[in-house]
Amino acid sequence: MTARQRDENPAGIHLPLDSLPGHTSRGRLERVLRRGEFAVTTELNPPDSADPEDVYNRAKIFDGWVDAINAVDASGANCHMSSVGICALLTRMGYAPIMQIACRDKNRIAIQGDVLGGAAMGVANMLCLTGDGVQAGDQPGAKPVFDLDSMSLLETIRIMRDNGKFLSGRKLTTPPQVFLGCAVNPFAPPYDFRPIHLGKKIAAGAQFAQTQYCFDVPMFRTFMQKARDLGHTEKLFLLCGVGPLASAKTAKWIRSNVPGIHIPDAVIKRLEGAQDQKKEGKQLCIDIINEVKEIPGVAGIHVMAYRQEEYVAEIVDESGVLKGRQPWQREIRRDDQIVAERLDHILHDEITETQVDMVKTAH
Amino acid sequence: MSDKQPTVTQATLVKKAAPKSDYKPADVSPQRRVQRTFAVRLWSIRHSRLLEWFYSRFADAFLLLHPLWKGIGYGRVEAPVKFVEKRVKGFMFDCRMCGQCVLSSTGMSCPMNCPKQLRNGPCGGVRANGNCEVEPDMPCVWVKAWEGSRNMVHGDKILTVQKPVDQSLRETSAWLRVTAQSAAARETAQNPGASA
Repeated sequence: MTARQRDENPAGIHLPLDSLPGHTSRGRLERVLRRGEFAVTTELNPPDSADPEDVYNRAKIFDGWVDAINAVDASGANCHMSSVGICALLTRMGYAPIMQIACRDKNRIAIQGDVLGGAAMGVANMLCLTGDGVQAGDQPGAKPVFDLDSMSLLETIRIMRDNGKFLSGRKLTTPPQVFLGCAVNPFAPPYDFRPIHLGKKIAAGAQFAQTQYCFDVPMFRTFMQKARDLGHTEKLFLLCGVGPLASAKTAKWIRSNVPGIHIPDAVIKRLEGAQDQKKEGKQLCIDIINEVKEIPGVAGIHVMAYRQEEYVAEIVDESGVLKGRQPWQREIRRDDQIVAERLDHILHDEITETQVDMVKTAH
Repeated sequence: MSDKQPTVTQATLVKKAAPKSDYKPADVSPQRRVQRTFAVRLWSIRHSRLLEWFYSRFADAFLLLHPLWKGIGYGRVEAPVKFVEKRVKGFMFDCRMCGQCVLSSTGMSCPMNCPKQLRNGPCGGVRANGNCEVEPDMPCVWVKAWEGSRNMVHGDKILTVQKPVDQSLRETSAWLRVTAQSAAARETAQNPGASA
């Protein structure tokens, strides 16, 4: 018999956890963060398919290494499986997804509906984003919606949760219990406004934040210093965004094509000078993690390894951020295991049982 | 597979696949096509303090005229006032007539000029040179808003969380709305029992 894992509902892995005092959600991520453990989150590369197995397989490689998985909402304005859909699949399997909501594609009516739907499926964490402009993606002719912005979206969900009301004031019978997150980019101008802007997001309802890719640790340190001085780190759990760069060429491409990612020249020089650029990119990521985890106020890391998801486990392992802790992992239930042991042979053995034969052998 | 990053973006491919034609419109967003240069807008942000001073005098004057507006009827003065407001603010700030002006809270930089129409602060896509992610040649509305707000006396109004835009108020006069609201607030302050 396997030991019952921490942060799992004994009645079923797909069910929400017991609510704890001071917690706004019934999810695993909030528990990990509030216990003061160093959290690790990652991002699932959404499939361009209608096959649920694609999602399960992509989630499986993170098993036992991360506390929550971001279900991205058409990131970069490229069309993929929706974040609500991915969350529906992940919660069925007991994972703790972070449902990203971008303001680009949906107006306030659709967003509030999705918040209720997501929460009903067991989504405990929601990340409010503005979203990239449609010009960045594969369908530049789409109509940009931007009915809400990330701040008013945060406030909308907070009002739904705490006051049990829609934006219109209409009452909800059961409010969604969610842990609210926002994104921060300390690496884009106006630099001195960014920490203050984060304070505004906290006022609007943010409880945790994930930053954009951090490649410039001194810049991040200055930001954190300001955030600490303003008292933000006591009110919000800040997860630093990190990720491996595949090569110097990729780094240059990202720098000139992906808005909002700041990569210093030193990083590119270091990659260019390496024998195995991919390995160096991974090592660079681990080095950055080791630096940022020591910065006071950093509550965790958010590993974004786009199309290098197989490295997430190695990066987390080699940087040692979990300090021996094992995040929740999907395990085969005892009863399923017994059934598998007794009846597994029918999948492999080439016997055709007819009912007549079965009656004969039974007598 | 992971080290093979596409060198052309999907958007470029889409653009290339479009049928060839002699007419090539300027490669900017539709919002920018209706707009001239933004020199005047930037001037307004540089002089945000002066405009803030002027605006508060102007609002007081409008409030003084409240009996006049009420006498003629707010509904009847709306059309001419809106006509003037649209042109004046359109020239000064590239106003989009959202009908719920927040210029005094955003450093005199109209947030509706942001391609994402953000009213609470910049997105994460601001370029290193302070330009917009969507319009590479346009300075970010919120970078300018932050600069403008630093010159203003009540610049810290930029810290208040703005409600989402009420789209049903588009193409209405913000001047008249603010005046009517502050007149109502003044009345309730003078005789608190009357409104209850």
